Amino acid sequence: MGENIIRRTITRLMVPFIQLFALYVIVHGDSGPGGGFQGGVILGASFILYAIVFGSEAGRRRVPAPVTDVLSSVGVLIYAGIGLLCLLLGSAFLDYRALPFKDPHLAGHYGIFGIEIGVGLTVAAVMVTIFFETAHRGEGGETRDG
Amino acid sequence: MIDILLLTLLVLCALAAVEMRDLLSAGLVLSGYSLLMAVVWTRLNAVDVAFTEASVGAGITTVLLIAALSRTDRGEALVSRTRREIPSLILILLTGAVLVYGTLDMPDFRDPGAPAHHHVAPRYIEGSAHEVGVVNMVTAILAAYRGYDTLGETTVIFTAGMSVILLLRRRKQRG
Amino acid sequence: MDELILGKYNYWVYVALMMIGFYAVIAKPNLIKKIIGVNIFQTAVFLFYISIGKVEGGTAPIVWDQAVHYDNPIPHVLILTAIVVSVSTTAVAFALIIKIKERFGTIEEDQIRDLRRTPTGEET
Repeated sequence: MGENIIRRTITRLMVPFIQLFALYVIVHGDSGPGGGFQGGVILGASFILYAIVFGSEAGRRRVPAPVTDVLSSVGVLIYAGIGLLCLLLGSAFLDYRALPFKDPHLAGHYGIFGIEIGVGLTVAAVMVTIFFETAHRGEGGETRDG
Repeated sequence: MIDILLLTLLVLCALAAVEMRDLLSAGLVLSGYSLLMAVVWTRLNAVDVAFTEASVGAGITTVLLIAALSRTDRGEALVSRTRREIPSLILILLTGAVLVYGTLDMPDFRDPGAPAHHHVAPRYIEGSAHEVGVVNMVTAILAAYRGYDTLGETTVIFTAGMSVILLLRRRKQRG
Repeated sequence: MDELILGKYNYWVYVALMMIGFYAVIAKPNLIKKIIGVNIFQTAVFLFYISIGKVEGGTAPIVWDQAVHYDNPIPHVLILTAIVVSVSTTAVAFALIIKIKERFGTIEEDQIRDLRRTPTGEET
């Protein structure tokens, strides 16, 4: 515990800022470098950092398997859902000008914002899932099919 | 000058990562190679791509490699039954020669008259400020002009996550 | 001859990087070393692609009032997608390697081939 305390304290301090930076990168994708993918990867990396320092059991308790599974699908659904919404409102698939905002530029902004959120969610959830499935030591060491 | 230094370091890192027998060290050298690649891309003004490579290549790939190494062997075998160095060297020299012969026909580096800059690119560069209203042209192309491709890319990531779950997740033993 | 080398030597360095990665894929029997080689090959191809988009005197493709020329943003978009796809395939490749290790006990390609050939070995 003695040598771990530095790592744990620093990680506890850093993880909220990393997540805040990740959200900043996702949301400001249209006015600077960044976007859904980069922010999603940074968000996933914050959970991976927590799991590396505190153990994968503790990390998996924070983001349990059902949560990451559902979130990775929800992101793709948001993306496709916005596209379908544009289709249902009378225009082409993923044509943001059909969205009900006054100004087509504003509609474009909101459409892109929604899409980036969806992409960020999926990427973060999938990165966390891949890490936990790859690094997880099986209890007892037996595999499923022997 | 710094470009030549960066390119030389890139080649040295790639050689080191390929030749090292300790796979953990090779993975860390690969992480340094990814970071240097991100710096080279920043020098080429590809800021979005450098951001992605730094976070994905130097971050996620290294973590996945170390996690995979924790469940397989850390070192490469000393002696392998089939020695394939000489035929492989001949093959890569031939392929490299063919590729270099192909680059002789390409437009010069940084040539503004290259055909890559004349068909769709001016439309996207103009339209990103006027049609879409977004300052970052790469995001405008990714999310507006070529949004359908980005949906496919998100599906690819989702499929990778599902594949890893299917391959590696253990069902809880019952009884 | 000088202009030829000056205008093209970048491409030759990228071809050299590609060949280093290619060598790792075909010459090294260890599966993880092959994946490292695939990664190097992929990033070298990305570098080649991005260098096509660079324009003399161009700035980053973000709208800026003091910019005269912009770099071509289309290669950036394509390579962004390609980087993400590359990490996805690398993740699945590592998952497969872990399964191979569980099944055969080794990740050296020639040892796996031997194990699959002997009648007392692990036959699929």
